[in-house]
Amino acid sequence: MSAGERRAAGPPAGPGPAGPARRGGPPGPGGGPPGHALMMPVAKPKDLKGALRRLAGLLARERLLIGVVVLLAVVSVALAVLGPKILGQATDILFEGVVSRQLPAGTTQEEAIAGLRARGQDQVAEMLASMTLRPGEGVDFDAMGVTLLLLVGVYLLSAVFSWLQQYLMAGVAQRTMYELRQAVDEKLARLPLRYFDDHPRGDVLSRMTNDIDNISQTLQQTLTQLITAALTIAGVLVMMLWISWILALISLLVVPFSVIVTLFIAKRSQKQFAAQWERTGDLNGHVEETFTGHNVVKVFGRQEEVIEAFDVQNEKLYRSSFRAQFISGTIQPVMNFVGNLNYVAVAVVGGVMVANGRISLGDVQAFIQYSRQFTMPIAQTASITNVLQSAAASAERVFELLDEAEEEPEAAEVVKLPHTRGHITLRDVSFRYVPDTPLIEHLDLDVPPGQTVAIVGPTGAGKTTLVNLLLRFYELDGGAVLIDGVDSRQMSRSDLRRLFGMVLQDTWLFTGTIRENIAYGREGASAEEILAAARAARVDHFVRTLPDGYDTVLDDDATNVSEGEKQLLTIARAFLADPDVLILDEATSSVDTRTEVLIQDAMAELMEGRTSFVIAHRLSTIHGADTILVMDRGRIVEQGTHEELLARRGFYHDLYASQFTEALVEAS
Amino acid sequence: MIRLLRERLRPYAQQIVVIGALVLVQAIASLYLPTLNADIINDGVVTGDIDYILRTGGIMLVVTLVFVVAAVASVYLGSRVSMGMGRDVRGALFRRVESFSQAEVNHFGTPSLITRTTNDVQQVQMVVLMILNVILLAPMMMVGGIIMSLRLNVELSTVVFVAIPVLLAFIAAMVRATLPLFQSMQAKIDRVNQVTREVLSGIRVIRAFDRTRHEEERFTAANRDLTWTTLKVNRLFALMFPTVGIVLNLSMVAIMWFGGRQIADGDMPIGDLTAFLTYIIQILFSVIMATILFVMVPRAAASAERIQAVLETEPSIVDPATPARDVPLRGRVEFRDVEFRYPHAEEPVLSGISFTAAPGETVAIVGSTGCGKSTLISLIPRFYDVTAGSVLVDGVDVREFELKDLWRRIGLVPQKSFLFSGTVAGNLRQGDAAASDEELWHVLETAQGREFVEEMPERLAAAVAQGGASVSGGQRQRLAIARALAKRAPINIFDDSFSALDFTTDARLRAALKKEMAEATVIIVAQRVGTIMRADRIIVLENGTIAAMGTHAQLLETSETYREIVASQLGLDGAEGVA
Repeated sequence: MSAGERRAAGPPAGPGPAGPARRGGPPGPGGGPPGHALMMPVAKPKDLKGALRRLAGLLARERLLIGVVVLLAVVSVALAVLGPKILGQATDILFEGVVSRQLPAGTTQEEAIAGLRARGQDQVAEMLASMTLRPGEGVDFDAMGVTLLLLVGVYLLSAVFSWLQQYLMAGVAQRTMYELRQAVDEKLARLPLRYFDDHPRGDVLSRMTNDIDNISQTLQQTLTQLITAALTIAGVLVMMLWISWILALISLLVVPFSVIVTLFIAKRSQKQFAAQWERTGDLNGHVEETFTGHNVVKVFGRQEEVIEAFDVQNEKLYRSSFRAQFISGTIQPVMNFVGNLNYVAVAVVGGVMVANGRISLGDVQAFIQYSRQFTMPIAQTASITNVLQSAAASAERVFELLDEAEEEPEAAEVVKLPHTRGHITLRDVSFRYVPDTPLIEHLDLDVPPGQTVAIVGPTGAGKTTLVNLLLRFYELDGGAVLIDGVDSRQMSRSDLRRLFGMVLQDTWLFTGTIRENIAYGREGASAEEILAAARAARVDHFVRTLPDGYDTVLDDDATNVSEGEKQLLTIARAFLADPDVLILDEATSSVDTRTEVLIQDAMAELMEGRTSFVIAHRLSTIHGADTILVMDRGRIVEQGTHEELLARRGFYHDLYASQFTEALVEAS
Repeated sequence: MIRLLRERLRPYAQQIVVIGALVLVQAIASLYLPTLNADIINDGVVTGDIDYILRTGGIMLVVTLVFVVAAVASVYLGSRVSMGMGRDVRGALFRRVESFSQAEVNHFGTPSLITRTTNDVQQVQMVVLMILNVILLAPMMMVGGIIMSLRLNVELSTVVFVAIPVLLAFIAAMVRATLPLFQSMQAKIDRVNQVTREVLSGIRVIRAFDRTRHEEERFTAANRDLTWTTLKVNRLFALMFPTVGIVLNLSMVAIMWFGGRQIADGDMPIGDLTAFLTYIIQILFSVIMATILFVMVPRAAASAERIQAVLETEPSIVDPATPARDVPLRGRVEFRDVEFRYPHAEEPVLSGISFTAAPGETVAIVGSTGCGKSTLISLIPRFYDVTAGSVLVDGVDVREFELKDLWRRIGLVPQKSFLFSGTVAGNLRQGDAAASDEELWHVLETAQGREFVEEMPERLAAAVAQGGASVSGGQRQRLAIARALAKRAPINIFDDSFSALDFTTDARLRAALKKEMAEATVIIVAQRVGTIMRADRIIVLENGTIAAMGTHAQLLETSETYREIVASQLGLDGAEGVA
């Protein structure tokens, strides 16, 4: 499965901005067709203005460049808007030349007009009256050449400015997004673990990728579009008014009409799009469920039912997506119609006015071009507001993450303990994950250097909570954790954690070579040290059997490395870290017997001479421990050595009996 | 993609023909308007004939109206056809996947099958919509525009024939330059995702090893890389619209210049100039429009291929042509020298497996992960077919059963206790649709689930979400067991189904099952020695073969592997301490 597919297979495409299908078109700039904003589910931000204001705040650093971009846009649009007018002048020169040629040479313009009037051709006379004619002469190609050269210059300059504008904007947008991603990543490092417990990984990931991507595309495309559209509307309006206020009025009549039509249709189609995304989500859910439970569906003979249910949902999805596409699809033709209406009106009224000599032919021609340029940015602006809303919703989600409460700041004066004896004391420790459910209350525990503490209890008893507190992943609600007599809160978190080494059941290895993964234990470890650690962890031999040895790349679906071997690698990592205190989490799932023996040997060697906390599942480990902590439902219910606890005939005794005795009686 | 579309669009052929006609009408209407406009200028404005202007204006209005009616109608049909085709493809995919055996599902992977059924279909149907509604118009406009401009003025049309190749060459160059960048951008987005995902999943390890800074450096590198590529793409793309604009505008200037000469010479009426300018805009716009296709098609084609791959895969396990009928329901399971290997695998997963499980017996299978336990039991309901030997149920080879007949004999509790979203009762009744509430409570009691279901406010009607947290892992497992029990099948298979239960519940459940299953055949796969030690027969699997078979006591005597398993879990060295 490709990486892209893996992402797309994520949560169903709900109405929220986390859905995978929200970007229908190709990635990156250029964008889809003008209506593409309607195709994505528009998540409404809770506070549009607030989100936009903060988004603008992000851009503050780039304000100088943004100023330049706006300036370039103004120039570029102004030049572009001038174009049709100049083209119109060229037409006028042509037209005047054509008319002049038909007039007898040697007469003046006045004489020619008077002649026409005398023949009763008043209308033509009116028209000619407003022109500059040179009877008998043809088209003035010198003047026309100059005008067209001017036009070429104007167009070229406009294009250059427009290019510069977009070029600079790309920098502004991408730099801003870089900073934003960086800010989120740094934030992740400062968030307390509690945050990650409460928030699904997919959601956090989606904020980092989908949401920021959404903002980035908006910044890149829509911002320049918005600026250009607004300026074009203004510029075109000025030009239209300059040419003829009557024609301008006709074109202006179209504006409220097209806005109303667009909004009317958009509102309706948006409802359908929302329904479409919702139903896509429903269908996705059903498909996911059915495919995941493929075998159960079969053995329980549910195939017909699931197909029936699928058909019902599929039909519903079809109906809403058909409606959504149809309704939104009518915007284009209707706007086209409105544009054409305007075109016809301008052509007719303009024609009449030219005939009456109240306006030149070139101006009408220019006007037709202007009126076409007028309707487009208006429709554009309507769809941009949708995109902006969606971006604001995304921005809100990103800001929400950035605003989360961070880990408590480090103590003002940090105590440094470069090396410890590994004497751990928990003094009157209280802790709860949820404020009103007490978990650990007034716990006292003293672990002298080099001792082993086994933590036992049924699944879900909260054995990892203790580990979390030792490493200060969570803050205590009361009491203190002391290391060699120093309160762990007086140390910096990184100094504290450097004292510990961890081997967890969940073998976290990252994408990279085996060497890099072992080297993770300590920064700047030499090749020999890495090798020594691998040997100590009894994984050296295995690694050497791999074709690429230590350069074998581990990735998500590394099939050549088994669970057990991965565990050995994490043990090697801990060896390299050479910590004062060790935290081990024994695996519950049985790996194959030979690897299991290797793991046990390696762990035993690792524990030698170090204070160790072991989340234990193996009887041998429990027996060998100096202290056993028995946990149940998140609490430490008993504490003592194996013999003491058995003698007490309490929870440990029962647990021990149910878990092991039955088998052992027959085994012995 | 073409194959998929040809096949799936066939039912809509009529409608597509109508769409084609409607688009043609739109094209003709659009192309007719500039001619009318030219007429207004030539015969109305120049001669001052206001009547003519108004009359022609009226015709223009009618043409415009025809255009919009045709356009709306074709959008309507286009949406119907494209979305309808999407629906059909989804339906076909879903049915096809339902007919797959586990082997085909594994071949594609469940997440991929889901993506193909939803996301990929979405891609394809959107492209069909675009083609029908937008792109179909482009070639017609281009050809029509060229014809019209040729008719109007052959000489001036040269400008069109220069502009089109220039525009196409530019767009082609653009696509060539940006496409690889787009691809590498996608890869870099994936990289940023990957690093973030690793940071999230390894957060404890990262903090424990104090490697936050190292991770930040990794992220910064990925982020910088992505930013740089995106920047490059966007800067390149910044050229797109200004350049297209220049081509367009320069063509217009050229037409003015050369057209002006002709007008001056009296070879062309002045109104034709305006019409010509409109044509060239229409032609060049249609060229630009057509290029959207080049951007969209590659992605949709990839999707179509993925869809087609599923549709063309034949299910490997189907009903036999002449199924065995009226086989009595007993529950006897027999493996005869069974071998199984995954397609193209060098080594078999299972080989030489022979054993029987008779009604009233409990057979347990142990072994380390990956030794083939789950594969072994999935041969009984024919999730896979054996590659040699045979599996018999009630004396008949499973391959001779009608699948439904086979499945009704089997109650299965899968390793991942999968529940359907719905209610508790709804899930239990999957086993037996006609079961009364009392019967449901009874199976819940056996499965040690009565207590927690009673504690739920809605009891049997309580909602269960498929992946939701409404029930815990242990509760989920007990519901899955109850569901299988409700089916009262003669063969009951438990695939590592007690792992999420604490030891006391595990023990109680086993005791209750023993009573309930007195006459049924029970096959249990388990990791915990405690779970299986009381079985009538324990099969120790190692590397896909039966290493030993017997009771717990016998195996402790005879099987080294079994002793190792027991030792690794219980630590035999400590045994004396308890006994």
